[in-house]
Amino acid sequence: MRSGDPELSRLVERVQSARAGHIALDIQGGGSKHFYAELPRGEPLDMRPLAGISSYEPSELVVTARAGTTLAELESVLAERGQCLAFEPPRWAPGCTVGGMIAAGLSGPSRASAGAVRDFTLGLTLLNGYGEVLTFGGQVMKNVAGYDVSRLVTGSWGVLGAICEVSIKVLPMRPAVATLGFSLDEPTALALLLTWGARPLPLHASAWLDGRLTVRLAGARAAVEQAGKELCAAVPGGELLGQQDAGHWWDSIRDHHHAFFAFTAAERARGECLWRLSVPSTSPPLALAGQQLIEWGGALRWWRTEAPAAAMRAAAANAGGHATLVRAAEKRAGAFAPLGASAMRIHRGLKAAFDPAGIFNPGRLYAGL
Amino acid sequence: MTDIARQTDFLTALARILPAGAILARREDTAPYECDGLTAYRESPLCVVLPDTRAQIEAILKLCHAQGVPIVARGAGTGLSGGALPHPRGVSLSLAKFNRILKVVPLGCTAVVESGVRNLAISEAAAPFGLYYAPDPSSQLACTIGGNVAENAGGVHCLKYGLTVHNVLGVKGFMANGESIEFGSAALDAAGLDLLSAVIGSEGMLAIVTEVTVRLIPQPQVARCIMASYADVESAGAAVASIIASGIIPAGLELMDKRMTAAAEAFVQAGYDLEAAAILLCESDGTEIEVEEEIGRMITVLRESGATRIEVSTSEAQRLRFWSGRKNAFPASGGISPDYMCMDSTIPRKRLAQMLRAIEGMEQKYGLGCVNVFHAGDGNLHPLILYDASDPEQRRRCELFGADILETSVRMGGTVTGEHGVGVEKLNSMCVQFSGAEREQFLRLKAAFDPAGLLNPGKVIPSLQRCAEYGKMHVHHGMLPFPELPRF
Repeated sequence: MRSGDPELSRLVERVQSARAGHIALDIQGGGSKHFYAELPRGEPLDMRPLAGISSYEPSELVVTARAGTTLAELESVLAERGQCLAFEPPRWAPGCTVGGMIAAGLSGPSRASAGAVRDFTLGLTLLNGYGEVLTFGGQVMKNVAGYDVSRLVTGSWGVLGAICEVSIKVLPMRPAVATLGFSLDEPTALALLLTWGARPLPLHASAWLDGRLTVRLAGARAAVEQAGKELCAAVPGGELLGQQDAGHWWDSIRDHHHAFFAFTAAERARGECLWRLSVPSTSPPLALAGQQLIEWGGALRWWRTEAPAAAMRAAAANAGGHATLVRAAEKRAGAFAPLGASAMRIHRGLKAAFDPAGIFNPGRLYAGL
Repeated sequence: MTDIARQTDFLTALARILPAGAILARREDTAPYECDGLTAYRESPLCVVLPDTRAQIEAILKLCHAQGVPIVARGAGTGLSGGALPHPRGVSLSLAKFNRILKVVPLGCTAVVESGVRNLAISEAAAPFGLYYAPDPSSQLACTIGGNVAENAGGVHCLKYGLTVHNVLGVKGFMANGESIEFGSAALDAAGLDLLSAVIGSEGMLAIVTEVTVRLIPQPQVARCIMASYADVESAGAAVASIIASGIIPAGLELMDKRMTAAAEAFVQAGYDLEAAAILLCESDGTEIEVEEEIGRMITVLRESGATRIEVSTSEAQRLRFWSGRKNAFPASGGISPDYMCMDSTIPRKRLAQMLRAIEGMEQKYGLGCVNVFHAGDGNLHPLILYDASDPEQRRRCELFGADILETSVRMGGTVTGEHGVGVEKLNSMCVQFSGAEREQFLRLKAAFDPAGLLNPGKVIPSLQRCAEYGKMHVHHGMLPFPELPRF
């Protein structure tokens, strides 16, 4: 990224004056994840003018884009060359940006098989709290020069600095995709997913909701066909779903358009919340009240519930995972699971190392960061 | 207190933590620990400790922290950048006794192992369940998972299956002050910042890892390998780009140049084409039907890019024979030269041929030979510079040759190390790849984990003074690279 870029210079100046005046900055992209994490506060720092794809070489499997580039633009440019973001980042609203995708570190339905955003982050340019423009990682697949700051910044919710540009590994789209549907209760579905996951099958995504398990296969044409037939035959009533319906279904899970994720004002007022429980895939069904959507072969369990935060956090912790309060009328219990004392000390140290004046997204991840 | 008295005091305190055989302090006992796989650098540590329990490690770290004694963690000592080079006033902390496989979870595809477990031992323990651990550095028979975590090790199959960072879910261990800590978990993510990503590849500078949870993957039903010959390196380089551009991600995609092929052939008799300027090894794995389809597509692309000879493995024995020369590239080089220095930079794939030509020029410039083996699919180069370490003049030219390769890689848009780490070997090259502000950010990151600076001091991130001196040296040679980079 060129240091003489006028948009970048404008951002550097904003950060330097914010640092001098101890002014909090709320780093903003498309605003699609404003509801996630803790409440944003501070003056808006709009990253959208810093937009555009800086370089894209399909044969290198790398795209470099500026933070304000919309995900819609990036995905359509990749699709023209038969490539994609294999981790299927959520597009919770139109206008969501590449910078927001990296800062939130969230991945979609294919995460368990394809990997997470951080697995595909090769390098990035960060504007830190000193007003310095720093580049870590690079545009190559393998790079162990220095600490892996690019991956540390991925999912940091902006507390370490403003992401200006990022290089991402892209992959060819899978030649064949098929979606299968099964009627199964939760324990049977979870057990089956574990069994299938330990076999060399082209499993790509899974979702269980209301007694229905949906499984997506993706890979070489022959492998998908073969596995599709075998798995349909393995469960009575197993069926192959139409491509178009299946596409809409997976998009509704990825982008949270599905009714499961929609809340009326009344439901919200009643205290109904959306929780995201990330747990080992081997966790048995969680005995909680509410409605559940299970993704990632059992490793991601979304809950709509009025259960108290303490119960949700304890259930996740007992299973060896953590619970995030995603949607709620208020998040007094904290959006993210609290950290242990040692981990919190490292977090504070890192905040001070990148943003000593505490200007970037203060409190967005944890109080005091 | 004098230094000697302080050291005696320290060793006495250590003896209260560890049984007699677990502390090596006499010179003849510590000699095997003086270097790692980068034998050109040697240092004698204050002592070597071989703890057997977590409680012992905790006590050792607390003692070192209280007395300000540096700690250098060590696995099998196979690292190639001097990351485990001892500190003259420090303790070399061997994790060799942490060699237990704690559990394999077949349904869930994970294993929990101690950090001294050998890489290949994980796959062996998982094999009865039809699973394996994917990252396979060439040293996998000996290297430990703890060392793999420290270096973010790769291997010939990481193009498709990823590096250590993509295959480790969590680690447990200790901070420099002896506090117990866990990064990541058995779930697919953890609350807060992704500290696990920072710790993986941190070369023992941020924490001491005693336990690792790895992701296992189902063994493919079948794997087949294509060996393709090319009459010039340009068409071999172009073939690599064409394979990727055609939408195929091979399970492995390796390139060897003519002299490497000759050395490997002499060492293992793999049946390599000795006439070719370069050969490519291109592997497909999956179900029978999947592999058949992919091998067909690969052959088409390789032919179109000018392959002069194509051979496809028809049995597992033949496939392993194809790989045997590649996996033995380093020892094979030892057979044609008294010593060799292995470089490890990464460049964009499209620059492969250009880089091979540049290295040919450097052979003339520095008067030393070089054989080349590349993880071509990732653009990760392993040029092996041939020299005689007993000749100081050759050693000096070898270092300049290596630095030239690294700096050329940075200029081509690459990085000075793809998988071997910076260690002590590439400290100067870090001055070229990163600005002063970037290096200072690294140093502050380190301090957030290890404020006293006791974990593996002096590695990975060069001091500002060192970079200033390195900058001056280059001015003396009249060839200051990258004048646009700030220097302090």
